[in-house]
Amino acid sequence: MIEARGLTKKYGDKVAVSDLTFSVRPGMVTGFLGPNGAGKSTTMRLILGLDAPTSGSVTIDGAPYAEHPKPLKVVGSLLEARAVHTSRSAYNHLRALAATHGIGIGRVHEVIEMVGLAEVARKRVGGFSLGMGQRLGIASALLADPSTLILDEPVNGLDPDGIRWIRDLLKSLAAEGRTVFVSSHLMSEMALTAEHVIVVGRGRLMADMPVADLIAQASTKVVTVRSPQSAELAARLAAPDVTTRVVGAGIEVTGLTAAQIGDAARDLGIALHELTPKQASLEEAFMEMTRDEVEFHTPSATADDSTVGAA
Amino acid sequence: MSATTSSVAPSVQVERVTQVRVLRSEWVKMRSLRSTTFTLLAAVVAMNLLAGVGGAVFNARWQHLDPIERLRFNPIDHSLRGVVLAQLAVGVLGVLLISGEYATGMVRSTLAAVPTRLPVLWAKTALYAVTIAVLMFAASLAAFLVGQHFLQTHGTTLGAAHAWESIFGIAGYLTAIGVLAVALGFIIRSTAGGIATLFGVLLVLPGLGSLLPTSWQDHTIPYLPSQAGEAIYAANPDPSLLSPGHGVLVLVIWMAVALAGAAYALKTRDV
Repeated sequence: MIEARGLTKKYGDKVAVSDLTFSVRPGMVTGFLGPNGAGKSTTMRLILGLDAPTSGSVTIDGAPYAEHPKPLKVVGSLLEARAVHTSRSAYNHLRALAATHGIGIGRVHEVIEMVGLAEVARKRVGGFSLGMGQRLGIASALLADPSTLILDEPVNGLDPDGIRWIRDLLKSLAAEGRTVFVSSHLMSEMALTAEHVIVVGRGRLMADMPVADLIAQASTKVVTVRSPQSAELAARLAAPDVTTRVVGAGIEVTGLTAAQIGDAARDLGIALHELTPKQASLEEAFMEMTRDEVEFHTPSATADDSTVGAA
Repeated sequence: MSATTSSVAPSVQVERVTQVRVLRSEWVKMRSLRSTTFTLLAAVVAMNLLAGVGGAVFNARWQHLDPIERLRFNPIDHSLRGVVLAQLAVGVLGVLLISGEYATGMVRSTLAAVPTRLPVLWAKTALYAVTIAVLMFAASLAAFLVGQHFLQTHGTTLGAAHAWESIFGIAGYLTAIGVLAVALGFIIRSTAGGIATLFGVLLVLPGLGSLLPTSWQDHTIPYLPSQAGEAIYAANPDPSLLSPGHGVLVLVIWMAVALAGAAYALKTRDV
């Protein structure tokens, strides 16, 4: 259980995280979603006490991270930038971490096996691929069998096989009753693993809800309609809060449900050849929600760019 | 590389973090980097090579030396001149112990495992100090013997007055430099910055001191770490230097101040 209250972090004038209040509950995978630069990594560093908050507080299982006598047993973490000395072997890296908590060599070998690094465990980490580095990070996170896992972009650099492995691992860890908090800038990835999402944009909390609700909320009511009398139907549907748009051979109607359109067509005696409610994709929902919150717009963006660029 | 989907084993024995466990962890870290071995080897080789070559050259040129040079010559100090090189190796490795962690990001793993942070500073400092003290005692003893061997008739023996004092003095001075270097690494964090600062203090400040009026020099230069060290290990010390006892005291103060700064920096700064 992670509980953040009014968590704020400023670096000079720049606000990285602004007044975040949220809880991450055990027993499920909670996604931490936001565009790059939204404050996800900063929030995770604040949880682990690597950075001190400007104001607010964050606790894990009721106490700040640094106050736990066995911190690695409380939280296992994988942070975005690789946190391993490149000249050391994976085995020695894990052995050094294990020594701080009196964890035996047997467990070190166990996690190496678990993440599939047995063949390269004695090689220098500097020669590892991004994917192997991520696996070593996961091994470090699992070392002390923690009740909470905090993983920053864990699927980065993994091949499809590795990505599936991470998804299954996260779900099984959550099923065992652990708290699993995973950041990503990819909504689609979270849709496959997370039950709950916390969305941030430019350091502020945008949403904190079940994934299913987020999708439902974000789906706009657009219905694609094809009919031999498209133009007439469009004219008859017209109302202040209804818009229609010609798209190819059909029209797209916003502001009415498919049922309402179908009933209207029947009443008008107009034949329908297609009536399709369009679900906004997760990615679109996410883009919609954070559109004004990405740190740097691409050059073609809106006129008020100057206020954004200064951030 | 095959990945298994097994979940975490149910019963992993995990103990609380203690200073002793952090020491063990840092010991694993120190031994598992090749740079440790190479740099320490360089320090030992430098001391012995200078003692041997210096001894042989001096011995061969003895007939051509002017009387004042012969009068100033001290076989103990001559054989231990390699300390000026050894201190650089010891200093570089001391800085690297922590700056290497900042450069690679390892420090985040370290401090996530030991979030109270200060045990890491104490462990690194203590381990490095003991390692340097033992190794550099052996190295300076060896350099003394090698130097006397090549000085032949102009050499002396371990029975000579101040011989052991100089050998212990060198080990002590290099240990102090090691501690200063570790502390500087924690304060400055970057390898280049840490090494530049340390070399500045050891090599540049004594030279810059000569810009000061003579009356001020007497009250500043002897208190620099390098001069305080020389006061401890020199068998035939320059009269401007402090007494050996005061030299030790000055070095202890330097270490205490540097470690206090390192502790403050480590405890308060973001990683």
